[in-house]
Amino acid sequence: MKPKHRTGKVMPTLEDAIRASSLKNGMTISFHHHLRAGDYVLNDVVRACAALGFSDLTVNASAIMACHTPLLEAIREGVVTGIECNFMHAAVGHAVSQGILEQPVLFRTHGGRPAALENGTSHINVAFIAASAADAEGNCNGKEGSSAFGSIGYAMSDAEHADYVVVVTDNLMPYPLTDVSIPENLVDAVVVCDSIGDPDRIMSGTTRITRDPIGLLIADYTARAIEASGLIENGFSFQTGAGGTSLAAAAYIGERMRKRGVTGSFASGGITGLLVDLLNEGLFTSLADVQCFDREAVVSIRQNPRHVEISASRYASPEAKSAVVDRLDAVILGATEVGTDFSVNVHTDSNGMIMGGSGGHSDTAAGASLAVIAAPLVRARLPLIVDRPQTLSTPGDTIDLLVTQFGMACNPRRPDLHDRLVDAGLPVFSIEELKEKAELLTGRPRLLKNEGRVVARVNDRDGDELDVIRTVSS
Amino acid sequence: MKILKKAQAGTLESGDVLVTVKPSDTLMIEIESPVARQFGDAMERSARDVLESMGIYEGAVHLADQGALDCTLRARLHTAIHRALQDYDADVAGSL
Repeated sequence: MKPKHRTGKVMPTLEDAIRASSLKNGMTISFHHHLRAGDYVLNDVVRACAALGFSDLTVNASAIMACHTPLLEAIREGVVTGIECNFMHAAVGHAVSQGILEQPVLFRTHGGRPAALENGTSHINVAFIAASAADAEGNCNGKEGSSAFGSIGYAMSDAEHADYVVVVTDNLMPYPLTDVSIPENLVDAVVVCDSIGDPDRIMSGTTRITRDPIGLLIADYTARAIEASGLIENGFSFQTGAGGTSLAAAAYIGERMRKRGVTGSFASGGITGLLVDLLNEGLFTSLADVQCFDREAVVSIRQNPRHVEISASRYASPEAKSAVVDRLDAVILGATEVGTDFSVNVHTDSNGMIMGGSGGHSDTAAGASLAVIAAPLVRARLPLIVDRPQTLSTPGDTIDLLVTQFGMACNPRRPDLHDRLVDAGLPVFSIEELKEKAELLTGRPRLLKNEGRVVARVNDRDGDELDVIRTVSS
Repeated sequence: MKILKKAQAGTLESGDVLVTVKPSDTLMIEIESPVARQFGDAMERSARDVLESMGIYEGAVHLADQGALDCTLRARLHTAIHRALQDYDADVAGSL
């Protein structure tokens, strides 16, 4: 009998896989954030690198979440000296703002990250891919198993472009896995561990519509504005986030589609149970899912072929031959600050401390025909609208409309939209008028300027620098 | 007038302020706020304004702010001082 070729990809520990990967000091390791606040893999890998004596590593993760505070210890020890990400939770962000890293963090967008891998401006030496199901050759997905998290979209680009790819799973299935999101031909090693994450923190049970009357009012205005724009026709496509106000807006848009008898083409982005309900009702033909936000979405992507898993590249890469965001009619986005030129900050809080990032914010704003910012005009005495946001995350010329509970402001470069909103009887103001309304309530906040050293660079989706973030002086 | 006993008004909900006033030989105003950098000076000015309008020149005032608007801050401080001056028994009021 002819001897069978055996790849021997399965390795007993992360340490073995790291050794086999030929990782060296100064190299870049990558991660994806679909396990959200429940992820164990990034911390386990960084700890293993520390135990093996590595230093000067760069962590390139699609997002740094609240559970990743052990990174701070690895930074203090010199194991990790660089971070590249599309989003950074305040738990790590505040330490970065206070200067824990000598080298500035590099912020990209969800589309800019795969684009940088595709055009070679960013390189990953070893990619670690958490999978809730994998076989011995590395065929894997995030849909099956007790740690299921749904779409594995952000990791697909890492698998394609990294020198060495390690799949980490807590659920080794018989070969061949049938529902394959990342195929074996891209995978070098498979490590089986006890658990890739805390299932209770990977997914929130159900993302819920807000009950806050201000949030509901903003959502109602948003849905009415999108209807007035004339976009809610057959083939309508849209994206919204998982926040309570965004969900309410999605529900109101669903009502308007139902009333008009409209069938939409797709909803994209982070997918929630609410969008799954709209799909199942037939209001949309399909979902394009780069990340699941709740359990309903995970169940749906596993069972429903019209709930389609997409890679970050297909979602939003400006280097891709085409991307889903460019087919979007409307997107509803949030903001911590909006400038009078409609530019948006989603990276830093009012003190300039890092607490977020673009994610797909600027990708969808650039792609959608109508990009709406929906946010309260005042939050805890802080007015939303400022002369210039602390950090420029999304350029103002990609934003079409700002909706608040006190009314909406249309970007002056969209006079057509302005007229439609006025004709629909919606409360339309100039952005300066809305700013004055807010300051009448709050008073004028003292202007803060952080002039310390640069702790982060914010790249736009094309890889050009938009802004820098500096240390926060207290 | 003089503050003779401790009294409070407000809550720690977002958009509110918990004001505590206590007897003291001097006038002291302490401010804790997530927006202290933007509005700390304005908050202290408003507090002094309310105290002066009520004839209070001695006492310790603590503002645990959660981003209250100026009108809220003034109202809470007014009520707290009122309670500190009155024959107001918080325990009795709380059990009503």
